[in-house]
Amino acid sequence: MDPMIALVERKYSRQGEIPEFRPGDSVQVHVKVREGNRERIQLFEGVVIARSHGGINETFTVRKISNGVGVERIFPLHCPTVDKVVVTRLGKVRRAKLYYLRALSGKAARIKERRSPVARKGSPDKA
Amino acid sequence: MSKGIIGRKLGMTQVYDENGRAVPVTVVEAGPCPVVAIRTPEKNGYVAIQLGFGAIKKGRVSKPLQGHYDKVGVEPRRWLREFRLRDPKAYELGQYVTVEIFTPGEKVNATGRSKGKGFAGVMKRHNYGGGAKSHGASVIHRRPGSIGCHTYPGRVFKGKTMAGHMGDERVTVKNLTVFAVDAENHLLLIKGSIPGARNGLVMVHKHEA
Repeated sequence: MDPMIALVERKYSRQGEIPEFRPGDSVQVHVKVREGNRERIQLFEGVVIARSHGGINETFTVRKISNGVGVERIFPLHCPTVDKVVVTRLGKVRRAKLYYLRALSGKAARIKERRSPVARKGSPDKA
Repeated sequence: MSKGIIGRKLGMTQVYDENGRAVPVTVVEAGPCPVVAIRTPEKNGYVAIQLGFGAIKKGRVSKPLQGHYDKVGVEPRRWLREFRLRDPKAYELGQYVTVEIFTPGEKVNATGRSKGKGFAGVMKRHNYGGGAKSHGASVIHRRPGSIGCHTYPGRVFKGKTMAGHMGDERVTVKNLTVFAVDAENHLLLIKGSIPGARNGLVMVHKHEA
C-alpha cells in the first residue's frame, strides 16, 4: 500500500479508542442511533463470532439470541456510529470464525472463559 | 477554462464521513505545482498557465527544457501541463499552485489516462450481450452477431461498434466531489473513482457548469 494512503487511513481510523477483543469474546456495542434530530445510544450485546478485513475496512460480527431468534449484526470497526465497544467476557475458542455457533443453541453454544494472559499462573511476563 | 492542478493517483480507500457512512475515495497527491509559463492572448492567442509536477533526475532533462525551467528559476519537473483560464493575470510566473485551491464539498473534474485493455471483444468494449452459453450454442458465445443488412445498403455503416483496442485513452470524469483536502501532505481525497492506474498522472479541474 502506498504510504500516503496508509497515512490517510490512519487519520480516519480509530486506533487506540477501541479495546482489544477477539472472536469468542462477549461485547457490548454502543451504537449511535439517529431519530430525526435526536441522537441516542443503542446497546447490542453478544458474542463476537468474526473479525473480517483489515485496516480501515475492518468489521466484526456480533451474534446474540433475541427472543429465541439468532440475530447477527456486522459493525464496521472504525465507523463513528459505533460509539464504543465494552468487552464483558473473554472467550476461549480455537477458531477465528465461529460460524459453527449458528447451528448450536443452549448449552452447546456456550464458550469457555479465557483468563487474561497477565493473570495466568506461571506466566513468564509477571509485570 | 478553469483552475486546476496536476497530481498523481495514489489509489483508493474508504473513509467515514460525519454521519458514519463509508465513503469510497481516491487519494491524489497533487502539487505544489509551479507556474512555468503563461500563455497570453497577445503572444499565444489564448490564456493559460503551464504547470509543472513531479520529481525528475537532473540528467533526464534536455538542455532546451532545462533553459525553459531556468528562465522561471524552478527545479525541472517530470510533467508539464497547461490549464486554460479566463484571466491572464490570475497567476504570476514561479508562483505555486497547491491543493488549497480546492475546498471540501466542491465539485471537480478529473482527467487521466485510462488503463489499457488491449484488443478487446465487443462484450467487454461495448457491453454487447454475446450469444447463448448453452442450448446447443457453439462458437457464438462472445460474438457480436449481425453487423448490418444485405444488398441494400451493401456496406457496414461507419461507426459500427466492433472489437478493437480499448482503454489507454484520455478520459475525463466530471462532477466528482472533493471529500477532504490535506494541505500539509498535498493530498486530495476525491469521492469515487478516477481514470488511470496507480501512480498515473491526473489533472483535477474545478468544475464549471
